[in-house]
Amino acid sequence: MKRSLTLAMLLALSLAPAARAANEADYKAAYAAAETASKEAAGMRNQWTVTVSALAAAKKAGDGGDFDRAIAAAKEAEALAKASTFQATSEKEAWKAMEIR
Amino acid sequence: MKARIALLLGSLGAALVAFAFASPRVVAADKVDPVTDAKAFQNFFFQKFPDVKHEDFVNGPYSMNEDMKRQWREKEEFPPYEFALDAGKEMFATPFKNGKTYADCFPNGGIGIRQTYPYFDEKEGKVVTLELALNRCREANGEAPYSYVKDEMASLTAYMAFTSRGKPMDIRIPDDPRALEAFENGKRYFYTRRGQLNFSCASCHVQSPGQRIRAEILAPALGILNAMPIYRSEWSGMGTTSRRFVTCNSQTRAVPLEPQAEEYRDVEYFLSYVANGLPISGPGARP
Repeated sequence: MKRSLTLAMLLALSLAPAARAANEADYKAAYAAAETASKEAAGMRNQWTVTVSALAAAKKAGDGGDFDRAIAAAKEAEALAKASTFQATSEKEAWKAMEIR
Repeated sequence: MKARIALLLGSLGAALVAFAFASPRVVAADKVDPVTDAKAFQNFFFQKFPDVKHEDFVNGPYSMNEDMKRQWREKEEFPPYEFALDAGKEMFATPFKNGKTYADCFPNGGIGIRQTYPYFDEKEGKVVTLELALNRCREANGEAPYSYVKDEMASLTAYMAFTSRGKPMDIRIPDDPRALEAFENGKRYFYTRRGQLNFSCASCHVQSPGQRIRAEILAPALGILNAMPIYRSEWSGMGTTSRRFVTCNSQTRAVPLEPQAEEYRDVEYFLSYVANGLPISGPGARP
């Protein structure tokens, strides 16, 4: 019984690093990815206000050392930016469906 | 053998005839045809709102029903744009430091010409709006340009619009491929969805005019620029065409372009052209 308890504790301790808090390097990687996607959207003249806000929120949280929050915001910004580039690409043809003829 | 050759030649001939009939339609679908576009655009609104007098479309949401029309008539008794109009008149007549005035920059001294703006400048190869022309006039006379969205620019354009009241919109598209391209670009911008809300200009002003979006009644796209600039209660002040485009973009959660961006100038060209024949009603007032 004692042995199995010790083994369980060892196992739990060995898994602990996997659940560690996000660090600055993770945040910087997430932010860089979001920034790249955001720049692509801006280059297509199709930036969304919510992307800019999410990116700003990521930076603010990152500067304050709250990397969990910063990464979440950066990931949201990246997703939004990618959605806006998808929109710009699909609308190159899709706009014609709305046209009054 | 001869019968086979005859059958083959006959089939080829039939295919050629079919191609000859089909191909012009394919070409026509991609051809830029502002006259047909404007006719279709106006007919769409005339049929959608058969009870609205054609010249009333320029009053935007106030044209949509009798109750709104009554509100408009009452508003016109003490119009909220009056201060801007008076200021614009004074500014228009006040000489620059070099002694010249705005009148020196425009045909007919700038009076009664609003209905011809925007126009396509064949030298520059681009659309020139009234707001742009006013700032160019200022800069050419050694004055700093005004903000494109409100205050002085709104006052100046209010006065110039007032001197054109009742005159039919008269936008020309010269026989120049660049002008046709500008018209087409404006049309594309108008119908393109943008912002997180995935709205185009047409989502509100073609698909839903007369309906409410929160507390507001949406204006029809037809004649929407004839009333510019406008006093908006929502803004608690005057706003130009530039301001209208910028706020429309923001409301769909799209980052607006810079005022007088080429895209905005082109969409102004498109919207003004399809409103040809409808009277200038600016300056206007909106909820």
